[in-house]
Amino acid sequence: MRGSMMRRGLARQRLVAVFLTAALLFNYPVLSLFDRPVAFFGLPLLYVYMFVVWGVVIAFIAWIVERGIR
Amino acid sequence: MLPEALVVAVSFAYLLLLFAVAYFGDRRAEQGRSIIANPWTYALSMAVYCTAWTYFGSVGRAASGGVWFLPIYLGPTLALALSWLLLLKMIRIAKSYRITSIADFIASRYGKSHLLGGLVTIITVVGIIPYIALQLKAIASGYALLTAPSAIHQPPAQVGYWFQDSTLYIALILATFTILFGARHLDATERHEGMVAAIAFESVVKLVAFLAVGLFVTYGIYNGFSDIFSRVYDDPELAKLLTISGGSEAGYGGWFTLVLLAMLSVIFLPRQFQVTVVENVNEQHLRRAMWLFPLYLFLINIFVLPIAFGGLLHFGSGTVDPDNFVLSLPLSHGMEALALFVFVGGLSAATGMVIVETIAVSTMICNDLVMPLLLRSKRFSHAARPDLTGLLLTIRRGAILIVVLLGYLYFRLAGEAYALVSIGLISFAAVAQFAPAMIGGMYWRGGTREGALAGLLAGFIVWAYTLMLPSFAKSGWLDPGFLEHGLFGFELLKPEQLFGLTGLDNISHALFWSMLANIGFYVFVSLLREPTGQEASQATLFVDVFRRERAEPATFWRGSAEVRELLALVSRFLGTDKAQRLFGDYARRRGFSSIDQIKGDAGLVHFAETQLTGAIGSASARVMVSSVVQEEPLGLDEVMYILDEASQVRAYSHQLEEKSRALEAATQELREANEQLKELDRLKDDIMSSVTHELRTPLTSIRALSEMLLDDPMIALEDRKRFLGIIVSETERLTRLVNQVLDLAKIESGHAEWHNTDVDMRELVEHAVEATSQLFRDRGARIEVKLPETAPHLLADHDRLLQVMLNLLSNAAKFVPKGEGHVRVVLGFEDGVVRVEVIDNGPGLAQEFLPYVFEKFRQGGDQKERTQGTGLGLPISRQIIEHFGGCMWVESRPGEGARFAFTLPGGKPGPISAPDSQ
Repeated sequence: MRGSMMRRGLARQRLVAVFLTAALLFNYPVLSLFDRPVAFFGLPLLYVYMFVVWGVVIAFIAWIVERGIR
Repeated sequence: MLPEALVVAVSFAYLLLLFAVAYFGDRRAEQGRSIIANPWTYALSMAVYCTAWTYFGSVGRAASGGVWFLPIYLGPTLALALSWLLLLKMIRIAKSYRITSIADFIASRYGKSHLLGGLVTIITVVGIIPYIALQLKAIASGYALLTAPSAIHQPPAQVGYWFQDSTLYIALILATFTILFGARHLDATERHEGMVAAIAFESVVKLVAFLAVGLFVTYGIYNGFSDIFSRVYDDPELAKLLTISGGSEAGYGGWFTLVLLAMLSVIFLPRQFQVTVVENVNEQHLRRAMWLFPLYLFLINIFVLPIAFGGLLHFGSGTVDPDNFVLSLPLSHGMEALALFVFVGGLSAATGMVIVETIAVSTMICNDLVMPLLLRSKRFSHAARPDLTGLLLTIRRGAILIVVLLGYLYFRLAGEAYALVSIGLISFAAVAQFAPAMIGGMYWRGGTREGALAGLLAGFIVWAYTLMLPSFAKSGWLDPGFLEHGLFGFELLKPEQLFGLTGLDNISHALFWSMLANIGFYVFVSLLREPTGQEASQATLFVDVFRRERAEPATFWRGSAEVRELLALVSRFLGTDKAQRLFGDYARRRGFSSIDQIKGDAGLVHFAETQLTGAIGSASARVMVSSVVQEEPLGLDEVMYILDEASQVRAYSHQLEEKSRALEAATQELREANEQLKELDRLKDDIMSSVTHELRTPLTSIRALSEMLLDDPMIALEDRKRFLGIIVSETERLTRLVNQVLDLAKIESGHAEWHNTDVDMRELVEHAVEATSQLFRDRGARIEVKLPETAPHLLADHDRLLQVMLNLLSNAAKFVPKGEGHVRVVLGFEDGVVRVEVIDNGPGLAQEFLPYVFEKFRQGGDQKERTQGTGLGLPISRQIIEHFGGCMWVESRPGEGARFAFTLPGGKPGPISAPDSQ
């Protein structure tokens, strides 16, 4: 009982951390570092950055909540 | 070009398929084998967030603004990461108090106010109806494009008279669908499994269709992402769109606003509230939806940029509406089947939104607009209608039809107007106005009815003035002069630069001012007065919803009620059969055998009111229930008193728990201490009996011999001498015993005196062997001494160590066999540790006896030999060795002799010059 509650508490802290990190990465000023007309392996840097960060954030959230379920 | 009949047939076939899915979902729900009770369906139904505005509009936005379509989908990802904070609480509150719409949520929280519910409903209708119109427009223009002779030729979205317009028929079919699966019967929980199943199905269709067209454009028309983007880089006009500043004037601030707006929308849009909160089957499903729903958004957005640029590269900018690229690109490449499939995907996106939004809005209209008005009218309350379920359903169905038709009307009137095209974000900003009252209501107890009213009203007015009216003006419905010169020519009142604020895009500008007004009025008006009893009790129910579940909820009610009357009331709104069943269940739960036995207490009133809330809204339910029960209104003081009482009881029981835990711990300690004391007592008794026993044996023989000497003066001198000798030796033994007991007591209590000097261990061992040599000679035993070459020195008490050695040696002498005894004494010195071993060839010790060798009064050997020792020698020896930091032990096996050994630390090769200490 207590173990699962502590795990849930930990998962919540992790989710807050992911939220804050994602909010930081998706906004000024970090965003401006990648906001350049530069190609990255033929793809626009900004486009690649957005989707990579987005995908990683989703993967992290999945990892956090799915660990807690079992 | 596709034949009109085919497109119409496919569209209607698809809608029929939706009916089938929804019907199947409802059937399975009735059988208790729900197909939506899993996190996958739940997450897919949340994807109703992606409307036609996403499906067609994202590409359009990307074609004009590059990555600027993305914030609308990043926001939900962020909001879902914190869903356990906000959404979970909303779900729990809605489930606990049968809340079925945002209007009811806010009305219920601020004292079950009709006025608030009505205001929220009006804001929703104003903000959402155009959004529904936008969906219908998307279907209409998609249809027009599919059936037009050429993709380049942009046909008008609406042709001919209204009765020739297939969009009207689609709208009517949607209304039918919504009525069938959204308002078929009255249910206190207002959940619609069939509808949710259909929405989840639609989400799959639109995702697959969009991915299909994305793959076709990226890999069918072009050679993958790199190909498209390398072409984009060749065109400086297009390449500009690849940065944030190149895509829009709004800048990073505008970007942040959009992310924030999307975060609020995914929670407060009526359709999101419907699928996420009202239709939620199990709170646990939210966990998986936290990543599944963002993943859905991720997937549906991957191909947006490639399609947008593919379209721009193919058609050139300005020729074809970018909103329709998903259709015109396949069409212009002769892929008509794909175009039809993509149209069906768009149809899914649009119809899904219309269905869910209509259910949500019609629930609000019925519960928070029509019912309160009806209940207030004299004619209605006097009419003796036994059953109102039919009326309620009619209102619901009528509201659904009206909402859909209003959407269609707006679409016909607005056409291509700016007001319709830009409605997506304007709608988002409208529903964002609910955020302060909702979030504040869930976490702040101080919010009052007037505060919420003032905040909502102010936010709504500022929103209308800064966003909606300008969009009307830009559509040419209002004099555009007020945009440029402000209201009545006041420059400060220019709607898009209110009070001279410049430098923000219109969405950020409107959001800033409306939120400022909204939050400001909400907080400051709330702070004008204390909450009333009703507000305070509702605040507690909402804010503490997670804490309440464990304890019996505090009941804020006082009065008396008749079961009969409440039953009749609930029957009027839910139907007789259903009411009978509900009350029967309630009676069983409370342990009554029939409905008549239920007590008319606060619990029953609360139960009846909750049942009604689902059907007619919390405010109306309150009015209806209070019309049939006699109740005393509770003031704030009394509510606070009940709360205090409840919290005091909780705090008290908490304290009690803590105290009893502390007591338990103390009891445990005491029990252990007691056990120890008992053990000590037992040991003391043992020692006492052992000591007295040891004392009695010599005393007995002394007494017997002395009595003989006293009684018989004729005893021969020889015998007399022998007797006296025994008496002397027994007295000596007594003295020794007494001395040793005293000695041991001193050592154990730490009062013994220790005279530490430099001790030469080799000399000490030799001395001890010397002193006991007579003993060994008497037993006829050989003694062999093995000493190291250098003499180890120690700082210790010489006499005590000698005592130990003598003890060990006399012990060995005692046990070796007579005549053939052999004792070895070995002195070792290694790494500063002195080690002494005394090895005999006696009978040895049994394994189970080894642990007791060093206990007091435990003597080896048989009874006869016992008389020679006191049983205290070994215990004292061990105490002495341990005092000097060493240890003493015995190794032995039966029949193989025994090896007594001890080690002492701190040995030095040479003499230690230290003064006598202690």
